[in-house]
Formats: sequence, C-alpha cells, structure tokens
Amino acid sequence: MGTVDDRVWREMLRPESEAELAEAVRSAEGPLAVCGGGTRPMGRLVAGQALTVWGMSGITLYEPGALTLVAKAGTPVETVDEALRAEGQRLAFEPMDHRVLLGTDGVPTLGGVVAANVSGPRRIQAGACRDSLLGVRFVDGNGTVLKNGGRVMKNVTGYDLVKLMAGSFGTLGVLSEVSFKVLPAPETAACLRLEGLEVARAVDAMSLALGSPFEVTGAAYLPAEGGKEATTLIRIEGFDASVAYRTDRLREVLESFGELSVVTDPEEVALIWRDVRDVTRLSAGDGVVWRISVKPTDAPAVIAALPDADFQLDWGGGLIWARLDTQFDLRAALRGIAGHATLVRAPLERRACGGIFAPQSAPLAALAEGLRARFDPRGILNPGLML
Amino acid sequence: MDMPVPNQRVLARKDHIVNRLWAVLSDGAVISEIAETRAYECDALTAYKCPPLAAVLPASTAEVSAVLKICHEEGVPVVPRGAGTSLAGGALPTADSVILGVARMTEVLEVDYANRFIRVQTGRTNLSVSAAVEEEDFFYAPDPSSQLACAIAGNVAMNSGGAHCLKYGVTTNNLLGVTMVLMDGSVVEIGGAHLDADGYDLLGLVCGSEGQLGVVTEATLRILRKPEGARPVLMGFDNNEVAGQCVSDIIRAGVLPVAIEFMDRPCIRATEAFAKAGYPDCEALLIVEVEGSAAEIDEQLGKILEIARQHNPVELRESGSDEESARIWLGRKSAFGAMGQINDYMCLDGTIPVSSLPMVLRRIGELSREFGLDVGNVFHAGDGNMHPLILFDANKPGDLELCEAMGAEILKLCVEAGGCLTGEHGVGVEKRDLMVHQFAPEDLEIQMAVKDVFDPKWLLNPAKVFPLAASEPRRGDAA
Repeated sequence: MGTVDDRVWREMLRPESEAELAEAVRSAEGPLAVCGGGTRPMGRLVAGQALTVWGMSGITLYEPGALTLVAKAGTPVETVDEALRAEGQRLAFEPMDHRVLLGTDGVPTLGGVVAANVSGPRRIQAGACRDSLLGVRFVDGNGTVLKNGGRVMKNVTGYDLVKLMAGSFGTLGVLSEVSFKVLPAPETAACLRLEGLEVARAVDAMSLALGSPFEVTGAAYLPAEGGKEATTLIRIEGFDASVAYRTDRLREVLESFGELSVVTDPEEVALIWRDVRDVTRLSAGDGVVWRISVKPTDAPAVIAALPDADFQLDWGGGLIWARLDTQFDLRAALRGIAGHATLVRAPLERRACGGIFAPQSAPLAALAEGLRARFDPRGILNPGLML
Repeated sequence: MDMPVPNQRVLARKDHIVNRLWAVLSDGAVISEIAETRAYECDALTAYKCPPLAAVLPASTAEVSAVLKICHEEGVPVVPRGAGTSLAGGALPTADSVILGVARMTEVLEVDYANRFIRVQTGRTNLSVSAAVEEEDFFYAPDPSSQLACAIAGNVAMNSGGAHCLKYGVTTNNLLGVTMVLMDGSVVEIGGAHLDADGYDLLGLVCGSEGQLGVVTEATLRILRKPEGARPVLMGFDNNEVAGQCVSDIIRAGVLPVAIEFMDRPCIRATEAFAKAGYPDCEALLIVEVEGSAAEIDEQLGKILEIARQHNPVELRESGSDEESARIWLGRKSAFGAMGQINDYMCLDGTIPVSSLPMVLRRIGELSREFGLDVGNVFHAGDGNMHPLILFDANKPGDLELCEAMGAEILKLCVEAGGCLTGEHGVGVEKRDLMVHQFAPEDLEIQMAVKDVFDPKWLLNPAKVFPLAASEPRRGDAA
C-alpha cells in the first residue's frame, strides 16, 4: 500500500455502501487485501485483490449529550475529530497516526483505527480503542452483513464480538460501521518534565505518578539524544484550577527525582504528546521498528536486552518502541519476559516472511484458527496477515 | 420457561460420574446427595429452580481441569458458578448438569502496586479484592451492587458493571488477563500484567460470555489509586424530561461525574417509607457524584449546580459532610430493599440511549397501566442503564407470568429505542428467548459459531444466552 498510484487505485474494489461491500466479498473469487486509508501497512504481506472501505464514509449519528458517535468505516479520523472538537469532545484513546513512522501518505480512517486497535498515550487512563468501541457492523467472509454491540455504553447482550473485531486486522470481517463512546475534551493540560533519569529511575517515577490519585493521562520517557538529556514526561488534563492543583501535588510526589519543570501552554503540551503518540523520534533512520508491550517494571530489562537501539517508552514503561537492526532476533532476546512484540515497520521482503505478530501458545493459536475458519470459511480476508 | 429435556444417559450414570469426580477431588468437594444439591438449585433469580446432578468445589486450576476433563469424556453438561448472585439465572442448573463452584478458590496470588494490578483466584468476592489493596489506598473499580457477595468469576462471566462505570468502565475495561480451563480440560493463559492482546482479543471475547466458553479460575485485574475524596449532590425535578435534559447538559458541559443515578416517583416514595432518607416527593430525583480534592469537588459541583438551577429544580442538596453524603446515598442504596418490602419484584436491566429517556419512561408508565402492575425506576442515567422494578405477587396465580410478559415488553421497548436487552446483568435464561428481538438470525449464528470453537460439544452452561430453538441443533449433538 503506501502511496496508491493511479493504476492501483483504478483496480481497487471501492464499495460505496454496506450492500456493495457485501456483494464484493460474496463474489470474490480469491483473496482480498482489505484496507482503510492505507496508512498502516502492517502484518504479513497479503497477495490479493485490494479492497478499501474508503468509499463508505460519513458520520451517521452523533449525540454529544449521550457521548456517542456512529460513523461508517471509511470516515477519515480527521472528519470525526473535527465534529467532536466542535462540541468540545474527543476520542479518549488518542489513536496514533502511523504516517510519520511508516512514511505513508493517505488518510487514516476510523475503520483502520478499529481494525488495528490503535491507541495512544492516554490508553493507560482511558483504555484502548477497544474500550471505547460500543458497536460494529461488518461483512464476514461469506459476504453476510453482521452486527454486534450497539450505541449504548453498557451492553452485555450476547457475546462481545465488538472486542474481537477490534485488532483483528480485517481477517475476521470487513468493518462497515463502528460506534464509539466519546468523552469531554479537557479545559487544559500540563506536562511535567524530569531530566536526566536512567530508564529504571524513570519507570519508578512514572509508576509513582500513575499510582497517585492525581489522574495522570500520559507517562513517557525519551532517552538522551545528541547532547539532550533523557526526559521523563507526565501529562495531566482537566479544568484549570484542578490541573494547577495536581501539578503541585505531583511535584511533591516526584520530589526525589530531581529538578522538575512544567509546560503549561496547552499547544506546546499537545505537540509534545503528539510526538510521543506518533513515535516521531524513531521515524528517521534505518532499521526495523518494534512495538513491545510488557508490564512497566520490566522495561529496564527489555532495554538492557536491546543492543544500540534507539527507543521511547510510553504507558509508564509498559509500551516500548524500539528501532533495531533488521537482522536482530528480538524474540530470542526477550525470552522469559512476559508480554508481546509486534514488528510495526519493516521492509517489504521482511514483511513477506511473516512472524510480524507474537507467536501464540498452541491452544490459543488453535482457538484463533477456529475463529478464522468460522468467520471466513473460504480464507479470503487478509489471509495470513496475522501469522 | 422451558429447559432442555435432561439427558437420560447421563442421569442413569450418576454414580459412575460422581465416583470419577471423587477420585480427583479432595474430601467434601463433591456434593451429590439430593438434600445437599438443593443448595445449588438456583441463583438470585429464584423463580426457577432445578437441583443439579452433583456439585463440585475444586480448590485449584488443576482440579477444575480434572473435573472438566471427566465431564467432557462423559458428555456431562457443566454449569460454572461464582457466588450464585446472578439475577438472570446465569447459574441455573439442569438436572443432568454438574455445578462447578469456585467458592473454595479465594486466594490473592499477587499484588503489584508499581504495575497497578492484582492477581486473584476467581472465587474471591468483588469487595474483598478492593479490601486486599486498601492498605495502600488502592481499589478495584467495577462495583456491582452485590459486590459484598458476588465473585470475580461471575463478574468476568457477566461483564458486571456498577454505579461508577461512567468514569471507570465495566469489568472488561478492568480485566488484564485470565487463566481459563476449556471444556476438554486444557488450560489457557490469556493476557497478563501487560496491556492489550498479542493476537485476537480473546480476553474481550471471554469476558461476558456467561461461562459458556470456559471456566475462568484466575484473573489479573487493574487496580487504581483511590481518589482523594468524593461528594454527591441531590436534585429533585417535577418532570422526567427535565431531569433527562439536566443529565445531558451536565455531560455536555465537560464534567464527567463518577455516577449519575436517577429515581422516579414510585421508587422515591417506596424508598422514603422504608429508609426515611429525607428525599423530596417529586417526579424525578438525581444523585450526581464527583471525585477529587475538596477544591476540585467544589469546582465540579459548582458547574453542576449552575446547570441544575437552569432547570428549576424543586430541591438541590449539596453534601457538606460524610454524614450528609451517606444520607443522600441511603435512599438509593436501599431502593431495591424498599421495593422488596412492598411486594415481590422483577428487576430489569435494559439500556437505552440517554436521549430516549423521557419517551421510554412515558411508555413504561403506559405499560404499567395496561398490565395493572406497578413499576419503579432506578437508573444509571449517565450510561443509560435502566433498572425498572416491576412489582408482583408471587403467591397470586398468573402474576409472575404477567410480570414476565410486561418485562419482555419493556425490554423490547429498550431495543426499539436503540438500546439493548441487558446492560450489566447478562442474558442467562431470563432474557434468552428475547434475543431474537435484538439480533437477526445470522447475528446469533455467528455468536453460536464462536461457542462451537471453544466448546464443540456445547456442554458448558447449557440453555443460556441463546433461544432454545436456535441452539437446538447444536445441543442435539451433545445428547
């Protein structure tokens, strides 16, 4: 994917309605390479007829007083952000924009965000994409239109296929519509900065802040770089007076970690966290980029196991982004540390080999295979992408 | 309500099955005398009862695995049971089933404050999870009203909610990992102390699957630091519509209370007679609670009160002390007990979009007159989760059926309004046959296909969630 040239664009299936989508899947004679805006080429390379949900776009329902928004899968994230901004609301899970890190063009779609369960720094406080997702409509591998969940915040009616669809990368069905719980955007934000900490100390500081009652909505660490000291970042958001109060209290909590500076200009705070969210730091330079999820206090051990890696920590240390040599055997290096690693940026020839997602235990792999066989009996939806 | 005909082959082999269970469990862990199995004949939906073939109380994941392996080999249905507090009949046995209770598995396995999680055996009660981390001022957020008694196993099975989920989410948003035993006895680990799935989100799929995909024996749960404080405000309105608008305006103003509770006049009156909390006699009452430091609470309540005043409340009562807070909550917390004093009641659990509140309440009033049964409404207004309580007399022939028929109409109304049949109690047997009103046949088919993957013989928690007619071809395979 990446830049879609004219020929590819012409040859893409671009259904403009759920019914057209269902027909396209039903009549497919071979594998389909399903995508949204094509800004997140992840997983094993799929050979097949390209199909994008890009043609199905638009917000179908937005009730600010009920904190709910429903939109078609091809709706650009930016369209949703704008509508929410106009009402002082936002998607709480802060979805990452992959274009910087992956060097892609195009327009990220809401369906793509869901398919990859994309979340950002606020995931530690507000949950992941799947936690805000209330309902889905999708087309399975037989071309049947299905729905699960709905547009209300509390719903335990039947099995929760909403969660299952989030992060299934179009391998179980092609999303046609998604509904979200949205939240009020805060009045202001502040960012506390500690300089010069080693990784282990930084994780200690972030754990203390996250374990305080002061509602930290971001905790990240950027190692030293070109004469710039390592920086630990703590974000707080809310009403003005409350942010000021919590800033003071966190200053006390983090007293033993050295000089603490505070960024209070909301635009500057937004820029700092946009770069953390989009992993701007690792966008330049050669090598592959891994995304590693562990419990935060394991972060120092992970970093110690990575030779010469540039990296950043998010989620208080629980999310590690690392840029490594293409040949480096990351999974071997991290053996014994619980969690999982996904290869997010890699050259095409590496992506063709598979092994992008963490290998699963045999019983879990069997369950996943069983689900794929039920949702997509012909094996035509992004086949092999998650293997 | 119908239940499947018990499998005669299983009933005839009771002694053999019980002996095999004895062989793998410690003394006292197998209950098979009819006088004793009666203790497991129902859960909190007491209208339906059926003693199981036997009940077992394993003490470890290994014992759960051994039990399931035997039942799988023998073709015996298994009904997992937490504390038996389900209001939906989620743990109702069939005569040919083995109840698998987790009551003996209550250990705290690991507490980790730096990484903010606790790992427990799932027989542990919800409230005692919070109690285990209280010394460090942490808590486990989901707070179903049965939290003193209900077990984490049931919370995971039903994806339980609570009054504070507007801010903290429900079980699925606070569950990090599980150890689960599949029907064939194999043990799987899903998730852990780290965040998010490495493949499909099986954790999200298992949570809320009503014990039909596997038996969850251990759970890793997210714990949070307690807020510095919390304080409620009480508001009374002359009109349901105005109260609903006030909720919507509060949410739109950017304040996110931890709880917004709603009660209507029948409920207020019953509660007043019972608990004497000093509630105003009005059409609609809201309790809104916010959290933070004293100053933060003042700021948020200031904004909320300003909005409330624009809606001409008949009463506004801000709590100034812990005693006053307790008094404001007293009536709400005793609402169910109060209604129970008047009569038997059935508690519904549908969810609606908040914007449809006035319409739905109006229609419930009409249905109440049509059926000749009184209804009181308690309601988590912030998230649209309604709890209409229909009063009936269990001793009066035909009254339960009338009540169930009216309940079904209310739930269909919730679905029509854009909501769902159940917000936090689960489907169980209670709402099983109403599923066709929310789901098209193909939507149910794909859910049943998921069960096929985890439990191909359909032995786990039979006759729940899916309409009997829909699941019949699959259950047929098991017999």
